[in-house]
Amino acid sequence: MNKITSLADLKKIKDQVQSKIKLRENSDVADTLVQIRVGMATCGIASGAKETMNFLIEETEHLAIDAVVTQTGCMGYCYAEPTIEVTLPGKEPMVFGHVDKVKAREIIDRYIIKGELVDGIIPASYKTIDEK
Amino acid sequence: MKTISDHILDILQNSVRAGATLIEIMVREEKSNDLYAVRIKDDGHGMTREKIQQATQPFFTTRTTRKVGLGLPLLKQNAEMSGGNLTIDSEPGKGTSVTAVFGYNHVDRPPMGDITGVLVLTIIGHDGIRFRYSHTTDEGEFEIDTDSLHEIFEDVPLRHPEVRGAINELIKTNLTAIGAST
Repeated sequence: MNKITSLADLKKIKDQVQSKIKLRENSDVADTLVQIRVGMATCGIASGAKETMNFLIEETEHLAIDAVVTQTGCMGYCYAEPTIEVTLPGKEPMVFGHVDKVKAREIIDRYIIKGELVDGIIPASYKTIDEK
Repeated sequence: MKTISDHILDILQNSVRAGATLIEIMVREEKSNDLYAVRIKDDGHGMTREKIQQATQPFFTTRTTRKVGLGLPLLKQNAEMSGGNLTIDSEPGKGTSVTAVFGYNHVDRPPMGDITGVLVLTIIGHDGIRFRYSHTTDEGEFEIDTDSLHEIFEDVPLRHPEVRGAINELIKTNLTAIGAST
C-alpha cells in the first residue's frame, strides 16, 4: 500500500471504508455497544493508561466486539490506576482498578465476553463519572 | 511523566474539562536556538488571575474527586529542570494558553515520546471538540486540523480502525519528514 502523506490520501481511505461500513450501519446503536472509559488524568497517564487504552481499542477490534473506548478524567481512585469503567449493554457501569494489559485481557475475555465477575472491581455507589 | 507527549495528553484534559470547543497544540523545535516549546491553547472558560497563580500549586485542583492536582506542577518542574519555564495566560470567558519551554539540548529535557498516539487518542476520544496541531522544526512545518478530517470523512467515524490507522500514519510520516525529534 502507498504511504499516507496527505489529506488526499485520506480521502481514498474514506472511500474504501465507506463501502464496508454500510453493512454494519445499525451497530452504532448505544444499547448494543459496550462502553469502556479509561481514566486519563495525571495519575492515569503516569501509570500507563495510554497503553491500556490502546490495548483495549486494538483487542476489542480484533475480537470484533462492538465497543466504544473513550477517555475520561480522574475517577478518584488514583491508588488503583489505571482504572477503567466498563458498561455492558443494559448493565450498571463497573469500575476496575490496576488495569494493565494482563488485567485488560482478563476483563475482555471474562467480563465483557462471558459476563463473569473478575477480581479488581472497585465497589462504588455511583452511576457515571460525568457528574463529578 | 516520562515524555513531553504524556504531558500534552494530560494538559489537554484541563482544556476538555474547561469546556473548550477548539484546542490548539503548537510544538516548536529550534535546535539551533536550544529551544523546545509546547503551547496548548483553548477557548474554554478560562481562569482568573488568582487561579492562574494557584494552578501550579500541587494542592490546587478544580475537581472534587481528589484534593491534589499535579498536571501543571509536574510540567512546570520538568520545564524548569531543563532550563526552561512554564507560563499560563488566561482570561475568564476567553480561554487559557499554557506554554512550556524546555532547553532542547538539556540532558533533563524529556523526550517527545509517542505524540502521534496521543493525538490520535485525543482526536477519537473527544468527538465534538476541534483540535489543531502544528509542529515546526528547523526543517519544516506540519499541521493537522480535525475540521479538515471531518470534512473528508463526513459520516465515517474517525474511530473506525482503518481510518484511525490512516490518520496515525499521516501524522507519523509527516513528523518524520520534518525531522521532528522523538
